[in-house]
Amino acid sequence: MTLFELIDVKYQNILDLPTLFIEKNKVVTIVGASGSGKSTILRMLNKMLSPTQGRILYHNIDLSLINSVTHRRQVTMLSQNPAVFEGSIRDNLNVGLKFQDKSLSSDNVLLGILEKVKLKKELDSSANTLSGGERQRLALGRVLLLNPEVYLLDEPSSSLDDEMEESIIQMVNEHVRREAKSLVMVTHSKGIAEKYSDVIIEISGGECCSYRGCNGERNH
Amino acid sequence: MVNAVATGGVMVNGIIDLPAFQVALAYFFVLMVLIIVRLLGIKREKEIIISSIRMTLQLILTGYVLVYVFENPNPFITAGIIILMEAFAVHTVFNKFKGKLTKPLKSAIALSMSIGTLSCLVYFLVIIVRISPWYDPQYFVPIAGMLIGNSMTGISLGVKSLLEGLTTQRALVEEALILGATPQAATKSIINSTFDAAIMPTINSMVGMGIVFLPGMMTGQILSGTAPTTAIAYQIAIMLGILGAVAFTVILMLQLGYRTFFNTEDQLQ
Repeated sequence: MTLFELIDVKYQNILDLPTLFIEKNKVVTIVGASGSGKSTILRMLNKMLSPTQGRILYHNIDLSLINSVTHRRQVTMLSQNPAVFEGSIRDNLNVGLKFQDKSLSSDNVLLGILEKVKLKKELDSSANTLSGGERQRLALGRVLLLNPEVYLLDEPSSSLDDEMEESIIQMVNEHVRREAKSLVMVTHSKGIAEKYSDVIIEISGGECCSYRGCNGERNH
Repeated sequence: MVNAVATGGVMVNGIIDLPAFQVALAYFFVLMVLIIVRLLGIKREKEIIISSIRMTLQLILTGYVLVYVFENPNPFITAGIIILMEAFAVHTVFNKFKGKLTKPLKSAIALSMSIGTLSCLVYFLVIIVRISPWYDPQYFVPIAGMLIGNSMTGISLGVKSLLEGLTTQRALVEEALILGATPQAATKSIINSTFDAAIMPTINSMVGMGIVFLPGMMTGQILSGTAPTTAIAYQIAIMLGILGAVAFTVILMLQLGYRTFFNTEDQLQ
């Protein structure tokens, strides 16, 4: 089943995608050099940006017809440099639920999430003192708590060392498959892409130059 | 209100009149300041002289205009003066933030300024003071001046804090949107601190009132022979009116204003 379909999508002079399909319940990675427009694609799928030309369909409905806030609650993004809010780790984990007017998670659930993202911190400690890698994992935890249909992760492991990167991506991958969710992930690591994805999309110079399924290569 | 004609330094209705010559003696203060800045080598002589002359001319002109307006009460003239005051106040705010305001934000400022001050003004004059006729300029003009002037200061502080908040905390607002917040929820903390910044001066001045300083309107009324108790009644009412007008104007500006930072797709502009 098609999750996203991009038709003649352009974004300023950064992106030019005549056609692109992203299937449901798959792990899809987008690879490409920095500045090739990978993050722009994710931001458009999340409706943080709208294409300057063309259409994006989500479950066959034009994104321009879907309320942005509703859409972002189903298709949730982890940005590359997630901002950390004032307050404790607990506040930061719960902040997404608060923004979505959902009931906040109990400390037990939060501690479980901290364990999942391998963050050995107290819930009461301040979030401002975290390092780059810790912030990234905290923000991943907060997205996992929201339990959206589709996860959009922009370089979720860019500030992590190789070992941590592997275990975090593996955890997300397992979570997505177990819960029958969809994952679209931007990564710079070809190794990660090869190992975990069903489909790899390679973007170069704002254009989609190769589109490869796990059962061989299809060029567009 | 205005004793435009000097009668020679004697008591008139219990008030000491100030003939032109006596007023001229007050320029001794300007002379003194000029000598001080000259001796200290602070190059501000020009500004001191110009501001003194401007103040004098503006007030003389206003005095005569008010004499005419009070003697010939006319709803159109009163309305015209109010419109001029509103326009001047809005223009002052625009000028203060030259190049930083978008067109929709300017409309939000102008609209909230007008609706906020006019509604409070009508309540104050018609319900509290019960003036008759409704356009009596002797009440309408000075009270409008106080409400509009204070609201102008409040809106200026509010716009400054709103612009700063949405610049320095842009990443947090963006993050909130990404996490599925409505624009309103994403800007809630900025809006709250902006409202706080805008009404704090009014609240602080209420706290010190009567002890630290005697407010201008009350002082003016007492000097012109009004019983202090009457002057106090007016001062209490006007302070509450100012609080209401400032708060209402700023909250309107914020509610209309925060939306202008987002497009119809709920994205930050």
